[in-house]
Amino acid sequence: MDIFSQPDVQQAVLTGFAWILKLTGASGVLALVLGVLLAGMRVSPVPVLRGIGTTWVNTFRNTPLTLVVFFCYFGLYTTLSVELSSDLDLNVFWLGVLGLSAYTAAFVCEAIRSGINTVPPGQAEAARAIGLTFGQTLRLVILPQAGRAVVAPLGSILIALTKNATIVGTIGLAESANAMKQLINDNGNVVIPIFLVFAGIFVALLVPTGYLFNWLGNRLAVRR
Amino acid sequence: MSATSTMLYDHPGPRARIRNRLLTVGFSLLTAALLWYVYVQFDEKGQWAPALWKPFLKSATWIDFILPGLWGTISAAAVAMVLALAFGVIFSVGRLSAHAAVSVPAGVVVEFCRAVPLLLMIFFLSYGVPFITGAPFPAFWAVVIGLTLYNGSVLAEAFRAGIRAVPAGQSEAGYALGLRKSQVMTHILVPQAARSMLPVIVSQLVVLLKDTALGYIIAYPELLQQGVNVLSANYGNVMQAAIVVAAIYIAINSVLTWFAGWLDRRTTRTGRTTVRIAPVQDLGTAAA
Repeated sequence: MDIFSQPDVQQAVLTGFAWILKLTGASGVLALVLGVLLAGMRVSPVPVLRGIGTTWVNTFRNTPLTLVVFFCYFGLYTTLSVELSSDLDLNVFWLGVLGLSAYTAAFVCEAIRSGINTVPPGQAEAARAIGLTFGQTLRLVILPQAGRAVVAPLGSILIALTKNATIVGTIGLAESANAMKQLINDNGNVVIPIFLVFAGIFVALLVPTGYLFNWLGNRLAVRR
Repeated sequence: MSATSTMLYDHPGPRARIRNRLLTVGFSLLTAALLWYVYVQFDEKGQWAPALWKPFLKSATWIDFILPGLWGTISAAAVAMVLALAFGVIFSVGRLSAHAAVSVPAGVVVEFCRAVPLLLMIFFLSYGVPFITGAPFPAFWAVVIGLTLYNGSVLAEAFRAGIRAVPAGQSEAGYALGLRKSQVMTHILVPQAARSMLPVIVSQLVVLLKDTALGYIIAYPELLQQGVNVLSANYGNVMQAAIVVAAIYIAINSVLTWFAGWLDRRTTRTGRTTVRIAPVQDLGTAAA
């Protein structure tokens, strides 16, 4: 474990996990917003919107994230020269956020949609009966109840997103998986402690998150 | 699916019909504009050049690159799926064991494998293990073992939920007949849980198949590696190759997803199952 007392090693680990947290935070917010919008589209009365939502979900849910991230880098950046930041690292970071959010939004959308279906139909009928429009029904009656029903699934999606953030390392960000690979290559004599430290940090971050969201989900669930 | 999502709006009256039509036209134009923008961008960079797309019409492209890649993907997925099923059964039963000496370690292994990113495990196997053994670790097995540990632990949790969802009367009846604990598990609980687990297993197969793409990162010759990396090195058509490969993944996974849904509807309809469990959410590289 000596190597983890070296300042440059500590720096590499910290930087790696800082990237993971930043990727998770930025993509989490974007994916939540986009996912709720997509779910709204998928239950809307306008067929075109439903079609767009369905296409989005089917495309991203069935494509490997590695390919999505790959496409963001080699497709958007290298081929179409879409540049999101002049700083090299930040550019890769935002391209990664773009891929992660587009991918995760598909799962958020499906979770919200299944949440909508846990709300008793009477709620929607009552909302219509007092003259609320589709937007009002969704915003004021259905989504608040659906949201409380899907706290735990959204927690699983957040955990998955945190782990998926390592894939952005593929396109050259020095996040945790890349940092670990580098450390392993430099310190061949202590590969098991290195793996256990990196894996342990993930376990320490994600296992409590899972319990927290399950607890929150139980607390917030609408009793019926 | 219950009906709430179909109860959200009234049957459209004259005004709603006009509004819906306006929205339809508006969003159709918006989508068309977006597609046109993409088309123009591609055009500006010369991405529609026939030389970049032609390779996909040649049989050599498919025989030399895409089909071997597809074989790499499917063989890794198939082996990993079989191993993950075994892992899932063993660890779900282990976690349900009445002996803490069995259930606690099983729980720790499952929680650990679910919380560690797959990429970290694959990196450890393919870059770390050679330092210990002194021999290179085959990329195929790095992918397969990583996938097995991760998907196996997800399946273990799903199986555990399935076994616990079998009505208590079933195991009580078994004990009343004088069966031992292991007999109740193997003869009564697992067979009933397994039937209801079938759709979950197939949806996990989609996750597993997608995750084989991580093999690309450690140069395992699967579909992404062969189709996008190697192929485009020959023809300089990264974008085109990525689009074709994405289409192949989407086609295979859509069929599997449809199959999982069909199995689910079928087991529900025949009423031969006593257990209903919510499908594990398909979370791509990670369901936790």
